[in-house]
Parts: sequence; structure tokens; C-alpha cells
Amino acid sequence: MATREQILDYLQEVFDPEVPVLSVVDLGIIRKIEVDAEGSHITITPTYTGCPAMNVIEDDIRAKLKEKGISQFDIKTILSPAWTTDWISDEGKRKLKEYGIAPPEKSSPDKSILGNHAKLIKCPRCGSADTEMKSFFGSTACKSLYVCNTCKEPFDYFKCI
Amino acid sequence: MNDTNAVNKALFDYVLWLGDTSLIIGHRLSEWCGHGPILEEDIALTNISLDLIGQARLYLSYAGELEGKGRSEDDLAYLRDVMAYKNSILTEQLNGDFANTMMRQFLFTAFSYHLQTALLSSTNEHLRAIAEKAVKETTYHLRHCSDWLIRLGDGTEESHKRVQDAIDNLWMFTDDMFEGVEGDKLLIAEKIAPDMAGVRKQWDATLKQILDDATIKIPERTFMMKSGRKGIHTEHLGFLLAEMQFMQRAYPGAKW
Ligand SMILES: [Zn+2]
Repeated sequence: MATREQILDYLQEVFDPEVPVLSVVDLGIIRKIEVDAEGSHITITPTYTGCPAMNVIEDDIRAKLKEKGISQFDIKTILSPAWTTDWISDEGKRKLKEYGIAPPEKSSPDKSILGNHAKLIKCPRCGSADTEMKSFFGSTACKSLYVCNTCKEPFDYFKCI
Repeated sequence: MNDTNAVNKALFDYVLWLGDTSLIIGHRLSEWCGHGPILEEDIALTNISLDLIGQARLYLSYAGELEGKGRSEDDLAYLRDVMAYKNSILTEQLNGDFANTMMRQFLFTAFSYHLQTALLSSTNEHLRAIAEKAVKETTYHLRHCSDWLIRLGDGTEESHKRVQDAIDNLWMFTDDMFEGVEGDKLLIAEKIAPDMAGVRKQWDATLKQILDDATIKIPERTFMMKSGRKGIHTEHLGFLLAEMQFMQRAYPGAKW
């Protein structure tokens, strides 16, 4: 029977279909792995409620574990505590930046919901802080669209939630 | 009647209302896909739509569990007729122009934001968990439509007029969001659902704050249509469902 650590290792090989450099472990959606006589119990949490990648991720986890010869397992989805971008590992943030996506700044949505309070986001390509938000909503639920005024390149920002 | 049963039945009705409301406004927004005034906004509207349909899925699958008759979220969404839908009638109103869509979205989102915030302290664990997840998304939606209304309302003569027309036309559907049914009293007594008077007060305050900045006048009291919870809808919902449900009605059980 696979140990908790082995399962965790296998999950490092399951990637977010929309941000294929991040494993589900980097993304911080694996809440719990328990192993007992009945098998492995994996608890995951969704990033965004309507994120179409969540179903794919669950299927990919199943496929990966089967590929590793594990048949006795179940996957449970929990909503609370709600996922936040703070749960993306430091390793994950580094990978995001390398991939050209500005990683989320520390901590969860601005409490100041009203009015314009764009955060200062550094360009993942040239490091310039002279950037501006073009659209709060980007190519996927988790991203905003920015443009760098120094190198003139557009880039995605993994927004805080 | 057994108390637990009565509470359960009231809760089913309440959760169905939450789910239907998210689903219908989410579907309305999805109609903008490919028709947004600019690319960024097209993407924003569909992103918000996706979040709302996601929230609807959470509510409807919970409603199915509460009912205990084996109906799934899909059964509830695709196989119920107009009269069985409980959504707020504001959410089924036509998109109209961009100002109208943004105003409808703002009136709904400010409501949803304050209701979800109140549900964070519900005694029902499931509702609390959904609210905890949903309110983060709703916070962003609220900021987005607030920004637009201020920009358009305090913009040109033309954009101001369109926003003012929008609220004048939509106002009669707003009280409906706060209109409870008899069963809600049980939920309020159990602290499962908040008292709507509190939510209304916060909604009023948010409206005043944003619409003052937008130089938009909140309409005087007019005739209010209040019947969504009872399944009495405006003529628009039937057409919306005809399109949304087409695939499951024409090919029952179709999957991809
Ligand atoms: Zn740059």
C-alpha cells in the first residue's frame, strides 16, 4: 500500500491544465491525504467555484494514481476553508514567474471593494514596476491582464483571492 | 408536522431560490459572450458568468441533497419548468444595452454580497462554506460593476442617460430580492438564514454610496413586482429556459 508521502509525490506530477507549470501540490488545492486500511483519502478544494479546470484536475488525479497502480482511493471536495492564493507554494510562485505570469501578491482580496485600488505588480519579464492593469478579468478565472510600460509586453497576473 | 421536516423543506426552498437566482443571472451574462463592447469586457462578463454558474452548481447540488429524491444539479437546472423556478425576477430581465446589464448586475451583486456576508454566520455549515467561497468572488464582481456605473453615470450626457434609464426601468424588480416566503421564518428562527431587513439596510447604503458617485438618482417608490420566490415570472424567463434547456429537452440524458 502506498504511503502518504508516496501519494504526495505522485500528485506532484499532476498539473493544472490551464497553468501547466503548476502541480496541484504547488497550487495548494490538496488539503489532506490520509491513508488507512481502506486505502487513500484525498481531500481537495476548488480554486474558483466555476473553474472548469477543477473537473479535469480530479480526473487527472484519478488517472495518475491508477497509472501508479493505486486502485483503493477516493477524492473528496471541500469548500471550507476557502482556497486562497496564499496557499500557492513559494516554489509555485517561482514557477509562475518563470512561466511569464506575475505571481499573486501576499494575501487575499482587497477588503476595500469599492473604488479603484490596483496593486503594484512587477513585470515578470523585465521586473519593472511601471505596469498597468488593462483588465481585471483575464484569460481564465484566476488571472488579470496587465501591460508593462517599460518593455511594452502584456502579461497575466495571477490575482489574489 | 415534525419540526425537522418543516425546516428541511423551508431550507430546500431557500437554497433553490439562491441557486436559481445565480443560475439565471449567470446565464444572462453568458449571452454577452462574443458581443461585449470591447474584448476585455467580453472576457470580464463571461468570467463573472462562470463564477455565478459555479455558485449555482453548489447551491443546486445541495438543494438536490436536501430534497432527497435523487435530483442532481443538472436535473434541477434543465428539467424544471418556468413556474418551478424561484429566481429573483430582476435576474431574468433582458440584457438590453451595456448600461442596463451593468445596472442589473450591480443591483443584484450588491444584494448577493451582503446576503453572502450575512450567511457567513449561518448555523448551517453547508451554507456557510458556500458563502465563504462565493463572497470572495462576489467582492470582485461588485467592484467591477461599481467602477463601470461610476464611469458611465459620471461620464457623458449619453452614458449618464443610459444608466439613469436602466435603474428607472429595473427598479420595480428590486424589492422582489428581499421578499421572503412563510418558510423563511423557520430558517431565521434557527439562525440558518439572516433577517432580510438587515441585508436591505446594507444594500441601501451600498447603492447610495456608489450611485451618488455616479450622479444617478435612485427612483422614488413605484409599483413593485414581487413574485419570483412564488414562481410567478415575467415573460422573459420562459424564453431563457427554452434556450438554456434545449439540449436536455431534445436529447434527454445527453452527455459530453
Ligand atoms: Zn516589462
